[in-house]
Amino acid sequence: MSTTSSVAEPAPARAAAPKVAPVVNDLAIRVGTVNGSGSQSANLVLLRSLYAMGIPCSGKNIFPSNIEGLPTWFHIRASARGYGAHRADPDILVCMNEVTAQDDVSELKPGAICLYREDFSVDLPSLRDDVTFLAAPFYKLVEQAYPPDKTDKGYRDKLRKVVNMVYVGVLASICRIDMEAVEQGVRREFPGRKAKAAEINIAAVHTGYEWAQANLPTNLPYRVERMESTQDKILIEGNKAAALGVLFGGTSVLTWYPITPSSSLAEYAEGFLKQHRTDAEGRKSFAVIQAEDELAAIGMAIGAGWAGARALTATSGPGISLMTEFVGMGYFAEIPVVIIDVQRMGPSTGLPTRTSQGDVLKMHLLGHGDCRHIVLLPGSVEECYELVIEALDLAQQFQTPVFVATDLDLGMNLWLSEPFRYPDKPLQRGKLLNAADLERIGEFARYKDVDGDGVCYRTIPGTENPMAAYFTRGTGHNEKSGYSERPEDWKKNLDRLALKLETARKALPAPIIEGDPSAQVGLLAYGGSHVAMAEARDQLQEQGVRTGYCRIRALPVSDEVTHFIERHQRVYVIEQNRDAQVTSLLKTTLRGTIADRLVPVTHYSGTPISAENIVRPILGWEKNPSGPGWPTGDVERDNPHASHVEQPSPE
Amino acid sequence: MASEATITVESNGRSFALPTVAFQGLPSTLCKGCGHNSITSYLIEACKSIGLNPYQTVKLSGIGCSSKTPAYFLQASHGFNALHGRMPSVATGALMANAKLVCIGISGDGDTANIGLGQFKHACRRNVPMVYIVEDNGCYGLTKGQFSATADLKAHLRRPTGEENTIAPFDLCVEAIVGGASFVARSFAGDKKQLVPLLKAAIRHSGTAVIDIISPCVTFNDFAGSTKSWEWAKDHEEPLQDVGFVPRLAEIEVEQKVGEPVRVQLHDGSWIVLRALNHEEHDVKSRASALNLLEESLRKHEFLTGLLYVDTTRDDFATALNTVATPLALLSDEALRPSPETLAKIMETI
Repeated sequence: MSTTSSVAEPAPARAAAPKVAPVVNDLAIRVGTVNGSGSQSANLVLLRSLYAMGIPCSGKNIFPSNIEGLPTWFHIRASARGYGAHRADPDILVCMNEVTAQDDVSELKPGAICLYREDFSVDLPSLRDDVTFLAAPFYKLVEQAYPPDKTDKGYRDKLRKVVNMVYVGVLASICRIDMEAVEQGVRREFPGRKAKAAEINIAAVHTGYEWAQANLPTNLPYRVERMESTQDKILIEGNKAAALGVLFGGTSVLTWYPITPSSSLAEYAEGFLKQHRTDAEGRKSFAVIQAEDELAAIGMAIGAGWAGARALTATSGPGISLMTEFVGMGYFAEIPVVIIDVQRMGPSTGLPTRTSQGDVLKMHLLGHGDCRHIVLLPGSVEECYELVIEALDLAQQFQTPVFVATDLDLGMNLWLSEPFRYPDKPLQRGKLLNAADLERIGEFARYKDVDGDGVCYRTIPGTENPMAAYFTRGTGHNEKSGYSERPEDWKKNLDRLALKLETARKALPAPIIEGDPSAQVGLLAYGGSHVAMAEARDQLQEQGVRTGYCRIRALPVSDEVTHFIERHQRVYVIEQNRDAQVTSLLKTTLRGTIADRLVPVTHYSGTPISAENIVRPILGWEKNPSGPGWPTGDVERDNPHASHVEQPSPE
Repeated sequence: MASEATITVESNGRSFALPTVAFQGLPSTLCKGCGHNSITSYLIEACKSIGLNPYQTVKLSGIGCSSKTPAYFLQASHGFNALHGRMPSVATGALMANAKLVCIGISGDGDTANIGLGQFKHACRRNVPMVYIVEDNGCYGLTKGQFSATADLKAHLRRPTGEENTIAPFDLCVEAIVGGASFVARSFAGDKKQLVPLLKAAIRHSGTAVIDIISPCVTFNDFAGSTKSWEWAKDHEEPLQDVGFVPRLAEIEVEQKVGEPVRVQLHDGSWIVLRALNHEEHDVKSRASALNLLEESLRKHEFLTGLLYVDTTRDDFATALNTVATPLALLSDEALRPSPETLAKIMETI
């Protein structure tokens, strides 16, 4: 292993940073690379090193819809206060891709550090004088760590990947990341048979580290120090968390069709099921099918739900569109099935790898004619796990399609979480009658409201009793499921379905309400926006705005949401869609004038939501509430010339 | 109850009697003389004759006139009238939930050859263990007679002088064989002698058993010159074989001798016995032979019926899933949800 640092010329640090006071354990790093360049391992090593040092952290891939060659970014956030949401203005930028370097530099916070490849033709330091530019000879350094091998035909390609570990070493030096934690992180990334690769990568890290020690300033402000805040915590993606929900929710049939960003959810789930639900003889207590399309995926799930399985499918917006007719039928024929929508930016194929909450209203109303569905809205990876389990139970209890609405940001990115808890109630089976029950009761009508709650009893195929069979249909039916076009049968059935949803509404996960109940300003958010809310509320508090906070966890919403709105004069509804979909829904259901209190705060650029996307528009509105339209969090995108210096910043 | 009014059912090693009414259904609301009604009566006869357990049977359909059929037979079975062309996916899901169910899917030519072609062929590809009946009349009856994708080239719309079809049809038996179905037959709603044993064999077959049944639409496609009319089919039908079905208890000589009937043993031990009539050269176990035969009959404008292809060696989809013996729909909490210790172990690895 070569650790010589004298080969490469020192890079002078140009432009002095205006801020020298150290910033400890409050760090946003952005790495700009190219899709397919193998930077993911390096980025995960950085993230896991911070985690190993006990510092709350999160990691995000901002990637294009492309396999190789387009720009991609990885964002790492480390925050002693536990803030995990996106920050659009990094403190440290690592520029490995010249194509995006100028744009990336323009988004840096004043006082930030830009580490870039010295072989760039563009003169980055000339772009800004409030940023510290550090040029590094990445390729010269990696060749020291991994000398050319003429016998290895794949050398150039491997070199291209190993070079990423050099910036890990440089950042370890700049930010004082523990090298022992870094080495452990590398070994974790290259386990078992990849041990040789691990050693090469560790050599690259050391080369970068030692070069930086010898050539770069050692008093740069952004640093980390060991903490004790990640002990017993896990770092996990929302899709993996939801996949554990699939496993512990007792799913017996999983159907799916590949679509970003939900594919990894199904793949993780299949892996967990194979590992934990296969018996000693290799027989499985589950079935997973990769269907030919989403039409078939939902059809299979509905067939399985009808026949008594705990059935689930996972998809994203365009898949939901294809599932529409079946979901409407599932509602009307009252078939238990769970659909997880890991939302991406639409319409149609839209931005396939960008995040959104644009399917919320669609999920709630999917179908034609009068349809309303239960939608669960996890706001954390822990809830991705818990609410998938809950959805499987609710689908059985209410014999209806149940949606779980996550999004790309929550689903595909790494978040810190408490370990997941084991479910505290047995699997819910709902009103299911077996042959002995039928014998005892002596009568059965599939769509008869026996208990007055809108929820009927059902039997499943294979029930050996002459009363059990009924005919499932999407067409109009009477209580015995016989075909009927009689107006009274139709209306009675539709009214019962409304009553059933009302019964369900009271059983759904309650909103979580916190903060100052006497504050004038209320904040209302749902789903993945929650990850930015604690930080946003702290920033608002620092700006003199006290807030109450209500997080909706299910549609239709509970009465507590109405009471929350009644307690506040203005309620900002944070939404990651243009048309303020949940605000619209609330305005159509809330009584009296309280609907006028709702002010949507929308963010729909495709980027993950940040606290700033919430705080800035709210502060603007609080100062000038008569402005046109409603606030938007996308100031930077809407106005690229907006001066950074004039923006309120907590730092 | 008189003994002639009951049917003995054998299921999972036990036998019990069910009234014949359990095998019947509601009165048909289809047109008088509809080929679908004949098929329904043969289905009832086939189910009764093999003592099929209605409780363990599901009947599914798509949309169209054909989709009503499940309401007209086996009223002690659960039925599902799914979406247009999407019965195969629902059937696949139901069989995943409970691989012990016997599944009879009824579709039409509009349902299968048009909107449902994809799902049909994927069911064949997976060899989903189901009977897949196409009640084929070359038109959309329920929407008043438009051409379907099995309407013959130069067929006429609704009457002898109606608009002419300029697009060549799909042959659903070719599609089924190419798609991977392991039992493919063509028959005629007017041929009880052939259809009843074919239906029995299809029910006993483990895999996708497709029977494309020409079933004349008396209202929109039963005029002189229509190739999907009663008269044309009766006049032109050329049965491939005399088809017989022998339940599994019979002792059958396995060895086949030249000139003797072909016997194919099905998964449950019963046999289908085929005595070739004109096409002695056809090998019912060869896809290539079946496709050649269909190509030849298309050229000759023959209406060839009988068992075209059968493969009893390939695993069906439920077998390939390799699930536990208990149907997934009936598993206990313990079987479905791993222990708290498992969760704790997983948490350590994350």
